[in-house]
Amino acid sequence: MSTDTSSMRAVAGDYEVDDLVAVTMTVNGTAVEAKIPARMLLSDFLRHELRLTGTHVGCEHGVCGACTVHLGGRPTRSCLTLAVQADGCEIRTVEGLADFDGTLHPVQQSFRECHALQCGFCTPGFMMSVAGLLEEGIGNDLSDSELREHLAGNLCRCTGYQNIVAATRKAIDLRDGKEG
Amino acid sequence: MKPSAFRYVVPADLQSAVHARAANYDSAVLSGGQSLIPTMNFRLSHPDVVIDLRLLDELDYVRTDPSYVRVGAMTRQRTLEFDDSAYRANPLIRQTLQNVAHPVIRNRGTVGGSLAHADPAAELPCLITTLRGELVAHGLDGPRKIPAADFFQFIFTTALEPDELLVEAAFPVLDPGEGWAFCEFARRHGDFALSAVACTVKIGPGGAIQRARLGACGIASTPVVLAECEALLVGNKPSEELFAEVARQAVSSIEATDEPEAQRRYRRHLLDGLVRRALEQAIQRTGARV
Ligand SMILES: Cc1cc2nc3c(=O)[nH]c(=O)nc-3n(C[C@H](O)[C@H](O)[C@H](O)COP(=O)(O)OP(=O)(O)OC[C@H]3O[C@@H](n4cnc5c(N)ncnc54)[C@H](O)[C@@H]3O)c2cc1C
Ligand code: FES
Ligand code: FES
Repeated sequence: MSTDTSSMRAVAGDYEVDDLVAVTMTVNGTAVEAKIPARMLLSDFLRHELRLTGTHVGCEHGVCGACTVHLGGRPTRSCLTLAVQADGCEIRTVEGLADFDGTLHPVQQSFRECHALQCGFCTPGFMMSVAGLLEEGIGNDLSDSELREHLAGNLCRCTGYQNIVAATRKAIDLRDGKEG
Repeated sequence: MKPSAFRYVVPADLQSAVHARAANYDSAVLSGGQSLIPTMNFRLSHPDVVIDLRLLDELDYVRTDPSYVRVGAMTRQRTLEFDDSAYRANPLIRQTLQNVAHPVIRNRGTVGGSLAHADPAAELPCLITTLRGELVAHGLDGPRKIPAADFFQFIFTTALEPDELLVEAAFPVLDPGEGWAFCEFARRHGDFALSAVACTVKIGPGGAIQRARLGACGIASTPVVLAECEALLVGNKPSEELFAEVARQAVSSIEATDEPEAQRRYRRHLLDGLVRRALEQAIQRTGARV
């Protein structure tokens, strides 16, 4: 095996176990700078460092979806992302769904109107997943079972999902300007 | 739980990533993190060094040439799923990806990560094995091509050397008129498959099957090509009886596992149904009738 030690190696970062890593990101439109351990999960960074406790943590292995946030515009499991991986990225959490003037996002409006929550633990994750689907252009031409497939990455232990499916349909209509 | 502490290395390019890998044989490579981070959260793995590939934009591409859909290892699964040129060249790729986890997981999970992880129940390894695709590894000595059949060696074990990274996966394109299907059974939507079958069929001028590719996952420690089944198909006209015979042959190729008998029978039953369903769907897509 040839070991080419003469070549220039570009390493953007090399942090020892106890080092803190400087990161910058934009969270809900606000620039954030922090120094954090590399092992800190994005979910914990949002909740413990930024005190944005709307993002919930259920399982920490990607199964429940409660921790879903948008990273670079795409719904992402914040429990399966290191905060350092989000360096330089845009993050949107449930706290950033409504407009600055308090106008609800279509998905918030529809979850409220359709009573799509009971205890509310799963709700932020569901809303961030559905908001992502709305942005991808999901339509109401989908059958209920197709729609449920899209929602299957989020678990709810209370509602039985009926009203969550209804709220998703309503959110699509609101996005399309079909209802007031 | 939370990951244990580690040294964190962020290479700026492929060369430095390979050097970092070669210098730290006990490192973990972090691409999408959708398999690695859960195991770190539960302390099933506690690497001393984590090498994060997030700056390697050079490995984020989908290029379609006349023979292959070439996908860079850092391409997100969802990006490949939505890629129209890849879909036109080989629609089976999109259908297979739709069976991988949930959209939110596919937003982060990479094509290279899934293949390097080599879960015996995972869909992408099954697809690339069935299609006789090729993987490209890159180590200190430069790039190296590895046929899919040699790449997957055992549960979570690949032919990658300790200093090598997976950099590309090449999925063969389908011929015009070639039929295709991916069928799986999972306990819940988005779960890993209990068993899954990928297949392509091409009908010759006389109406007989000219080429057939059939593979499965969830039935052995690696994805498998069902070569005897393919041989049974070629030269024959598609029919229900033929598919039933092929399914019987497929079931006999399930490797003896230490599962309880009930589970083993269930798996045989599943595979039998999946093979027949996949063949019917693939034939339908050729426009031929059974
Ligand atoms: C809830 C849930 C459900 C899932 N369901 C499915 C499913 O149904 N089917 C399925 O196939 N997968 C499933 N997955 C796994 C998912 O597809 C992962 O994205 C994938 O297995 C790993 O890709 P990754 O990019 O996230 O890799 P990572 O998690 O970052 O890495 C995985 C492994 O591969 C190694 N590795 C990564 N990239 C490279 C590289 N370029 N070179 C060398 N080694 C590398 C890492 O060191 C690590 O050991 C699921 C995951 C979750 C959380
Ligand atoms: S806490 Fe992230 S998916 Fe459950
Ligand atoms: S409302 Fe309680 S878990 Fe969904």
